[in-house]
Amino acid sequence: MIEVEHLTKYYGSFLAVDDISFTIEDGHVYGFLGPNGAGKSTTMNIITGCLSATAGRVRIDGHDIYEEPDKAKRLIGYLPEHPPLYLNESPREYLRFVGEAKGLRGEELQRQIAEVVEKTGIAAVQNRRIAALSKGYRQRVGIAQALLGNPRVIILDEPTVGLDPLQIIEIRDLIRELGKTHTVIFSSHILSEVQAICDEILMIAKGRLAAFDTPENLEKELLARNELRLTTDAAPGELRALLAGVEAADTLTVESETPYTVASVRTKGADIYALSRAVFLAFAGSGHVLLELSLKKGTLEDVFIELTETPGKPGAPEAEEKEG
Amino acid sequence: MLAVCKHELRMYFQTLTAYVFGAFLLVVVGIGAMLYNLQAAVSNFEYVLSFSSLVFAVIVPILTMRTLAEERRQRTDQLLYSLPISTLQVILGKYLALLAVFLAPLCLIAVYPLVFAQFGEVYLPTSYGSLLAFFLLGAALLAVGLFLSSLTENQGFAAGLSVAVILFNYYSVTLSEYVTATAQASALALFVLAAGAGLLVKALTRSENLAIAVGLPLMAAVVIVYFLDAGLFEGLLPDIMSALSLFERLNVFVNGVFDLTAVVFYLSVAAFFLFLSVQSLEKRRYN
Repeated sequence: MIEVEHLTKYYGSFLAVDDISFTIEDGHVYGFLGPNGAGKSTTMNIITGCLSATAGRVRIDGHDIYEEPDKAKRLIGYLPEHPPLYLNESPREYLRFVGEAKGLRGEELQRQIAEVVEKTGIAAVQNRRIAALSKGYRQRVGIAQALLGNPRVIILDEPTVGLDPLQIIEIRDLIRELGKTHTVIFSSHILSEVQAICDEILMIAKGRLAAFDTPENLEKELLARNELRLTTDAAPGELRALLAGVEAADTLTVESETPYTVASVRTKGADIYALSRAVFLAFAGSGHVLLELSLKKGTLEDVFIELTETPGKPGAPEAEEKEG
Repeated sequence: MLAVCKHELRMYFQTLTAYVFGAFLLVVVGIGAMLYNLQAAVSNFEYVLSFSSLVFAVIVPILTMRTLAEERRQRTDQLLYSLPISTLQVILGKYLALLAVFLAPLCLIAVYPLVFAQFGEVYLPTSYGSLLAFFLLGAALLAVGLFLSSLTENQGFAAGLSVAVILFNYYSVTLSEYVTATAQASALALFVLAAGAGLLVKALTRSENLAIAVGLPLMAAVVIVYFLDAGLFEGLLPDIMSALSLFERLNVFVNGVFDLTAVVFYLSVAAFFLFLSVQSLEKRRYN
């Protein structure tokens, strides 16, 4: 559906997007995840034709966004980071303009407006001035605009930023709902949000694509990071001797020695439970006891932090991420 | 394109803009008609148009100041970029709406000569020829205003810029008489203009190389030509200033000549500034 090849974007000498390539398939919800200034908005702006790339190409269903902008843009509905609304108009007037600009006329236009108004739940405010609407409703009007013309892909740039918790939940439900009928790409710097809604996650850090996988797979990658934490009455030396016989145990870190030894064990293998079992059995005949044994599973949060943080160099300042 | 045009028209008529514009134009033309046609009892309606042309310095900025500046400030330009319409269509749609708002009061004004003709001898061809020139002059100035509005996201700044440019154009013939006609002065002025062109390119494209590529050869050309044949610059600056005057050409029509070159000149100016507006919008896609 969307093919992005070697996309690169410089703002002056600042490298905002660094050679990103990926392909997006039909009918899933994709999450763009990355800290502020990572290049999410820039990438989205380029995909939707709002910004030119320094190098690389974007094709929407085979149509190049620069060579056949008309065909390509008809397949995309886009909500930029700041909803592009004419504040003096009512949502209805606004949607009429966008619909007409997308080539809808007459009855079809009316039908689609009614449809998106219902879908986004803005029927109650459709004749008020947009300037008088709350941020949540403005966001909905922005999404309604993106839905007009029934595009196959909906691209939403940080649709939940600045909303209150209730509104965030509503918008998330709406995105989930849209995911059933459209391909949805949305960006966020909130991990739990992406994890909750997306089928696939694209992690972007410093303009590079750091990871592209399902939330489950990304978590799986992290299994190696799983830890077994234990507290025992065995001295560190004795513990080391005990675990020497456990094949799965890979690294042992002793955290404190008194009054009891607290340590964490890691395994190279994926199965943390096998390790747990082996450690338990090793203790069983040793005369020492396990006072406490617990599993600490790696989370997506850890992947995110690891991928997006390079020691000593925080992410690029947000101010560098300009609008198109 | 029609969607943009309709949208703009709705905005002009929903806010006071279109009415303020029309009222201003009608008041000034009305005062002119009273002074010339009624009180002085002159039957030439074209004098009224010549008298009224200064009103463009006020009403063109009123109409054009927000056209593109406001899109940028509200960030609705992002919407325009993402819609399946080209930048050219956006500019043309907006320009058509501007022309429509301008034409509405002109239709009323077009009745005046007919009314006056009821009470005496009015030479209608000159009146309507001048009215056409008046319209074309306005159309060209609206294109200039549209372009100036694309340069900034501040409406006030866009308006101020338009007033300054239109006033300068209005007085450029008068001013040209005070400008020294010596070759040195002209060469110096052209040299500064060439440098200015380079700076303008830099402001538009944010590319220093391109600015240098445009500015330096122009500046070099001025210097070289000056040393080869300084006589060429004799009186050049005043000539250029009066040649570029949009208002001066209206007077040709007022004097009873239907000047086809002026028509072409007005249309070219309008097309040129619409082209610049498209470039100005396109360039924002690049940085």
